[in-house]
Amino acid sequence: MGNQVNAIDAAFQRLRGEGRTALIPFLTIGDPDLATSVEIIGALEQAGADMVELGVPYSDPLADGPVIQRASERALSNARVTLVDCIEVAEQSRNAGIKLPFILFTYYNPVLQYGLERFFELVTAKGISGLIIPDLPIEEDAELRAMAEEAGIHLIPLVAPTSNDRVKRIAAKARGFVYCVSSLGVTGVRADFHQGIDEFLATVRSATDTPIAVGFGISSREQVERFSKQVDGVIVGSAIVRKIEEAVPLLQSPDKKQEGLAQIRAFVSELRG
Amino acid sequence: MTQVPDENGRFGKFGGRYVPETLMNALMELEEAYQHYSKDPEFIAEVRYLLTKYSGRPTSLYYAERLSQHLGGAKIYLKREDLNHTGAHKINNTIGQGLLAKRMGKTKIIAETGAGQHGVASATVAALLGLECKVFMGEEDTKRQELNVFRMQLLGAEVVPVMSGTRTLKDACNETLRYWVSHVDDTYYILGSVTGPHPYPMMVRDFQRIIGDESREQIQKEAGRLPDYVVAAVGGGSNAIGMFYPFINDESVKLIGVEAAGHGVDTEEHAATMTKGRHGVFQGSLSYVLQDEHGQVQPAHSISAGLDYPGIGPEHAYLKDTERAAYLPITDAEALEALQLLSRTEGIIPALESAHAIAQVMKLAPTLSSDQIIVVSLSGRGDKDVQAIMGYLEGGM
Repeated sequence: MGNQVNAIDAAFQRLRGEGRTALIPFLTIGDPDLATSVEIIGALEQAGADMVELGVPYSDPLADGPVIQRASERALSNARVTLVDCIEVAEQSRNAGIKLPFILFTYYNPVLQYGLERFFELVTAKGISGLIIPDLPIEEDAELRAMAEEAGIHLIPLVAPTSNDRVKRIAAKARGFVYCVSSLGVTGVRADFHQGIDEFLATVRSATDTPIAVGFGISSREQVERFSKQVDGVIVGSAIVRKIEEAVPLLQSPDKKQEGLAQIRAFVSELRG
Repeated sequence: MTQVPDENGRFGKFGGRYVPETLMNALMELEEAYQHYSKDPEFIAEVRYLLTKYSGRPTSLYYAERLSQHLGGAKIYLKREDLNHTGAHKINNTIGQGLLAKRMGKTKIIAETGAGQHGVASATVAALLGLECKVFMGEEDTKRQELNVFRMQLLGAEVVPVMSGTRTLKDACNETLRYWVSHVDDTYYILGSVTGPHPYPMMVRDFQRIIGDESREQIQKEAGRLPDYVVAAVGGGSNAIGMFYPFINDESVKLIGVEAAGHGVDTEEHAATMTKGRHGVFQGSLSYVLQDEHGQVQPAHSISAGLDYPGIGPEHAYLKDTERAAYLPITDAEALEALQLLSRTEGIIPALESAHAIAQVMKLAPTLSSDQIIVVSLSGRGDKDVQAIMGYLEGGM
């Protein structure tokens, strides 16, 4: 199983050849419903996304700001979306012809409750390539990391501007890419990044040969461009989730659904440039 | 018993630090500072000074003779944490952490609160030490504990109503952690219970163990021996762990934690984390959690805002699974009955939280003989609840 090239690695290799930076959008699965999530993922691909983070809605999203919190609440209250539902959205997206590498973004407890062994069987079977677990720092991840290695799934770690001497240790264990948090705080659109962000990114860059990507608070083409020379990938989360939120009334109406998807597509195309 | 927690903040398998990387540095700084100052004689003396002169410690261990006679059976002693400044045990911890914040050079403190007791204790210490204070409180709790909101404001704190999720303590904790991540440079987070990521469960226990240390000494002086039972209410579990901890190696002493069963453990509305919860990761540590089959945390319910929490400190999970302590549920109705009984037999109106412990004593004492001893933590006074109690008693449950 571990012998196949991971789709995330393949994507970064291809992008490197093309001299491009990966655009990695995030969406909360099940907002507003599961079937629509598959269509949104299709729209993201058409708009030029290079891989996508599938966010599992959670009752207590500690790392997330109000936009993603609201999306989680909608997904949980409208569709009672579960971890398994989110993983199955990956399979449904494949069946719909979508080729993007999938990264599952989930808090730890749903995975723990499902059972780590069963979880890795399922994500492997359903075509997930990477995993981001924001509340599982390196001190707590030994068991899960070993199982991810075994399954050939990349466990993508976060590093923060305050990680200091932890950067090296984290980067050494990173698979897929290193997720650099642009600023202190929770996810969400912001005008300013952490003071010393450029130095921070340079530190991470020098600590590893693994690709690095930056996220938290990136919402415009300008900001994507600002980082594209320093990193291999740019993650856009809350800005897209907010677009989806604005489009919810359209997405929920059979007549206007395409219009809603077109708005999301247009926004991501603009980010892509 | 082995020393817990270990260097990774583990109580057996429980505890740990399940937090975003953005918080790890702050937690490690905090742990380092705590390890340093908790061994510093000057710091220890300063904490001791304020506990004595400011909060009025030691609190008395009071033999509740009329309650004991009324129930028939064991002798009941109340550890009067309600006599602390601000009316509850919470100040033991906020004095300790407030002084630590100051030593760490922080100028602002933040805190979460449910019933408002920890918020008041934090606002009080902030005023005392000249620190800026923001208290995050679930919007629903700000309504049911209006008086405490005003008390905090009077003490110069800003109360931030939390509108996310359940709008109660659980989401107040989330919001405080989120705020802390982005203000970590100048802000210290005074967490109010033995919950959350390491080092909080250890540190808060250490600041609260004075309850048990004093009780253990007082009962031996008074009765010439250790108690047979030690009983305390548990929400997050700070007063209970403070009470239990010094007795853990006294094998003859049975430890009973009392959790809130709300409308009953067989209903959907309770906060009986130990009785109905499962192992899980919640707000930074592995412990027992009220959750659905998919790992989503479930809202808790209790008449007492202080017990209305779907998690519990990891050391309690450890004490439960090693069978060193037992955890039993008490319903809203049983707590209300206990509150009235204590008021009428002893002239002490307990907090609704503490009334849960008294309710368990009402069940336990009559099964014991008159030469047996129960020490129960009366963690807080009931003044803050009087209005709510009036509503419950007039309106029915």
